[in-house]
Amino acid sequence: MGLLSDPNRRKALTGLLTRLNTPICIVCYLAGIVWFMGLAFEPFTLRTYMSENAMGSTMVEERFSSGERALSLAKEFDAHKRKAGGMPVEWLVKAMQSRGLEVFTQSFSRKLPFPDENKERYMVRGTNVYGILRAPRAPRTEALVITAPCSPGNTNNQAVALLLALAQYFRNQIYWAKDIIFLVNEHDLIGTQAWLEGYHHTNITGMEYSPLQGRAGSIQAALSLELSSDVITSLDLVLEGLNGQLPNLDLANLFYAFCQKLGVLCTIQGKLQRNDWDTAEGYTHAAQTMMLMVLKQACGRSWGDHGLFLRYHIEAASVRGINSFRHYKTDATTIGRLLEGMVRKLNNLLERLHQSYFFYLLPSLSRFVSIGYYMPAFGLLAVILLLRVSFPGLCHCFSVSLQPSSPGVLTVLTPVVISHLTGVALYLLPVHLQEMAVEHFPVSETEAVVLTAIAIYTAGLALPHNTQRLLSGEGTEQGWKVLKLTALLYLAVLLGCTALINFSLGFILAVTLVPITASITPHMPKALYAVVMVLLSPAFTILYCVFIYQELIEAPVSVSEGWMLFLSVISQGILDHALYGSLVYPLLALFIYPCWLMFWNILFWN
Amino acid sequence: FRFPSPIGHISTCPSLIGQCCKTHPGSFQEELVIRPLHSGDIYASFQFRTLWDTDFLQEGQKVSHYRLFPKSLGQVLSKFSVRELHISFTQGFWRTMQWGQPFIPSPPGAELWVWFHDTVSDVDGNWKELTNVLSGIFCASLNFIDLTNTVQPSASFKPLGLGNATDHRFLRYATLPREIVCTENLTPWKKLLPCGSKAGLAVLMKSEKLFHSSFHSQAVHIRPICQQCSSKAWELRQTLNVVFDLHTSGQGKKEWSLFKMFSRTLTEACPLASSSKVYVDITDNPEGELFELSPATPLLGQAVVLGDRRTYSVYDLSRAETFGQLRSFNLLLRWKGDSGDMLRPLLHAERYVAGFGLQTGEIHTVIYNNHPYRAFPVLLMDSVPWYLQLYIHTLTVTSKSRDNKPSYIHYQPAKDRHRPHLLEMLIQLPPHSMTEVTVQFERALLKWTEYTPDPNHGFYVGSSVVSALVPSMVAMRTNFTQDQPLFSSFVPVKEESSYFVRVYTEPLLVNLPTPDFSMPYNVICLTCTVVAVGYGSFYNLLTRTFQVDEPSPPLSKRLANLIRRMRGVPLLT
Repeated sequence: MGLLSDPNRRKALTGLLTRLNTPICIVCYLAGIVWFMGLAFEPFTLRTYMSENAMGSTMVEERFSSGERALSLAKEFDAHKRKAGGMPVEWLVKAMQSRGLEVFTQSFSRKLPFPDENKERYMVRGTNVYGILRAPRAPRTEALVITAPCSPGNTNNQAVALLLALAQYFRNQIYWAKDIIFLVNEHDLIGTQAWLEGYHHTNITGMEYSPLQGRAGSIQAALSLELSSDVITSLDLVLEGLNGQLPNLDLANLFYAFCQKLGVLCTIQGKLQRNDWDTAEGYTHAAQTMMLMVLKQACGRSWGDHGLFLRYHIEAASVRGINSFRHYKTDATTIGRLLEGMVRKLNNLLERLHQSYFFYLLPSLSRFVSIGYYMPAFGLLAVILLLRVSFPGLCHCFSVSLQPSSPGVLTVLTPVVISHLTGVALYLLPVHLQEMAVEHFPVSETEAVVLTAIAIYTAGLALPHNTQRLLSGEGTEQGWKVLKLTALLYLAVLLGCTALINFSLGFILAVTLVPITASITPHMPKALYAVVMVLLSPAFTILYCVFIYQELIEAPVSVSEGWMLFLSVISQGILDHALYGSLVYPLLALFIYPCWLMFWNILFWN
Repeated sequence: FRFPSPIGHISTCPSLIGQCCKTHPGSFQEELVIRPLHSGDIYASFQFRTLWDTDFLQEGQKVSHYRLFPKSLGQVLSKFSVRELHISFTQGFWRTMQWGQPFIPSPPGAELWVWFHDTVSDVDGNWKELTNVLSGIFCASLNFIDLTNTVQPSASFKPLGLGNATDHRFLRYATLPREIVCTENLTPWKKLLPCGSKAGLAVLMKSEKLFHSSFHSQAVHIRPICQQCSSKAWELRQTLNVVFDLHTSGQGKKEWSLFKMFSRTLTEACPLASSSKVYVDITDNPEGELFELSPATPLLGQAVVLGDRRTYSVYDLSRAETFGQLRSFNLLLRWKGDSGDMLRPLLHAERYVAGFGLQTGEIHTVIYNNHPYRAFPVLLMDSVPWYLQLYIHTLTVTSKSRDNKPSYIHYQPAKDRHRPHLLEMLIQLPPHSMTEVTVQFERALLKWTEYTPDPNHGFYVGSSVVSALVPSMVAMRTNFTQDQPLFSSFVPVKEESSYFVRVYTEPLLVNLPTPDFSMPYNVICLTCTVVAVGYGSFYNLLTRTFQVDEPSPPLSKRLANLIRRMRGVPLLT
């Protein structure tokens, strides 16, 4: 600090920063990217370890043995599901009752804002069935949840059957300290959302549901099971939840520990672990796994039933059985044992899972990157914005613009307001104008929503430049500087807050937005920079993410397929916001896009 | 002094003792009620009653001769001027929907309520000492009862014994929902029995079996009663309720026996007992279609319990033929029917916390009146710890989606760190309805020393208590006769048309905002450093005005200037 209080040295420092501003910014950007890519390199990561004492040393013995019975039950369930043409509620109720559970049902209905074409649903009506295993001599204060979605078609029969078999086995044991809720939910996430809202008596998404009759206190942890075949080759762990929330890392550690113990192949992001970190392939593999996690987390949707639990401070993960063509097979008994072991350890918990990390990235199941390691990557990008703020011309004009007589504040105000109004239009109009759009154009409702969104987005590009003329006539040199200063600070705050909550989203936005926003001035070749700006705009970022994601899951798509995927991603994003309260769509529409428009405005300043 | 080794004495000479019991003031009764439950589980309820015709509280009279009545309790009663004392230790939650109403309800954890004599001047002091003494007697953490969890309910807990004390200044009520009940609490409880666990029904109380169950509750109730209304007598009732689970203890076989439940059979009654009986509830099984009971008994008894006339098979342990030729009594109960659906008890209540996040929440208490056509009032009592700051203006009571205005509300707001909230309401429950009481709260941020050792487990809020006079299906017996079974005569019945029920809801587990205790050192160091270094120097930098310091002129120049000023010529610069 002595450096700053000495005027001479201070002058030297600011001089240095001013002179070398651009090189420093470039170095920071590159360093940020390199740091991020380095996170996947194994020597830079930490080995996962179990932090929670209650789950560590107390090894449990797994004795579940009725895997075969579960499979025959799956066939029975399948037959009843076909007969009922949906969820066989009565059969499930009977099946759970005969296993000694307290059984309750919950019916719910939800009208989607527009039809979901991926899942072909619009008016959703369904029933959740759940049975509570009351722990002996427990006062109904704590519970664990195991859920299995009752999906249409042939999928997930085995999961439901295994759930019932586990219920039967668990019921005969005396050691439970927490009630266990076995939930079979219909319409996957919508059912889970209805059940969770019913359980916590909240209504945040406009769901209609019947109140729950039975409860079991505060839920400590939840496991969601998805299983569609009799034998599986590997188990995949899904952690990414709504708004990029992650469960406590100990839950992942628990899964990994039991996979190791029982010799089950386990994957994360569908990718097995490799041991050859020192080869290029090994590194690429880890980097791909981590990138997949970043992309999934950034999109802010719930990647399994577990994702909705996280909002309620319930640690949850989905376990998904994968049946590929490997010849290493695992039968239902082993999966049952794995779940038994996990549930028993969770049952041993004295406190909620809180010991381990809540913010992490996983380049593999046994390695993790904690928040302390990945935040600098974002910090290096964010500091560029601050460095540009300290650019002397900007600083000076800011102090000038603060004088009340100056027209600076007004010139800034109009573009800011108009950009945000465009953002509000982008947020509100697509869903509300769908009927009109369907009337006038030959499109379906879903297409109408997505195309309206894209249309407003594009219209926004034409609209706001030159807006400052409305109030103050000719744009001045000082005017754009004030606007840029405001926009840079705004973007820095936005990205900073986003990255704190959802690192992946913040980082991806920073990677694409920072370089162009930092360098933009009205004196550049307009046509070239306009193209570059559009190519680095939030919508194109989504498009790139779609392609990269497809590339990473080894299902590359052509441009037209990619475009279709892009459209469905947008509709899913809007739906996720309406159905589950995902915040990515409002964040992009109400804040990031207007902010980007402000920079667009600077480019066309005259 | 204590009666020297009564058991050895008595078994040799039972007839003599039988006589002496009649002559001496005081008697002892024991009984066991077995009720096969709908769900296939079985409910066993022990009751032991010791009566003593003496008055501890009379001025100047010092009671020093104890026979059947435990001395440890008698001394406590007289020392602290206790008029009535009820204490229960419960592990588990009574599942009303599956098991119906219990004979004597109790909330999970420990519950203690005491009426002091109205001569006591320092009630709080007595209460504090009493809880500490009881804590020692029962090996329980009753010493955690202090002013922050003690309340004085104005209406919910009336004395059950003699006397019409209504001044609730002399009442203290506290629960410890977190208390865990185990063998260490059972042993001192058993020691209070005249025969200990050596003879009589108490031999069945093997802790490894009693705690291998779905529900376990033991209680001690002491109250003055009126014996033939000529003199005052003290009644000590010890009850132990246990529910055994069919699934966890049966190897698929649906049958119960005393041996299977308790890993013991009965061989004799407690020789000190004036009556010793085993009742089996066979009301649902008049023709033997639900279960089969052996050995069969010719003795049938009827009792009106909880608004229902029940029929019992009675086994009198004081008669030799009960034990048969093997000199051992093992009751066997073999199920034939299927386990039934859930019950619909007339009065039922449950409670939960709504909402998410760590800032606010809402407590919902749902009370069901399943009576098809009768409305009846209930008293709801809620005692909420101070760290849940209730917003009492958000209190709503709705039945059948209409506002239901309580006819009586007694609310005592909490004082931070001193006293809990107390909310008592008299609510009329419409027939066949669900009444929902909601109140919002904010979670307080505790001081860091106030957190429990495992703060992330959450904090408990004790059960709320619903007390009601429920319309009875059959006429209740109001005259209080001696020959009634113990389980049907605990709560005095004032009128024929209704009976008294107390329902406890589940306790709540609420998470409070909790700092990360695993790294306090890092956190404290880091924040302090950031604040001190960062803030301090920036503040310094921002408030300081910088100006170029002019170097002070050398001494010669100053002297020269002095001279020039005196001369009146311009100064040197």
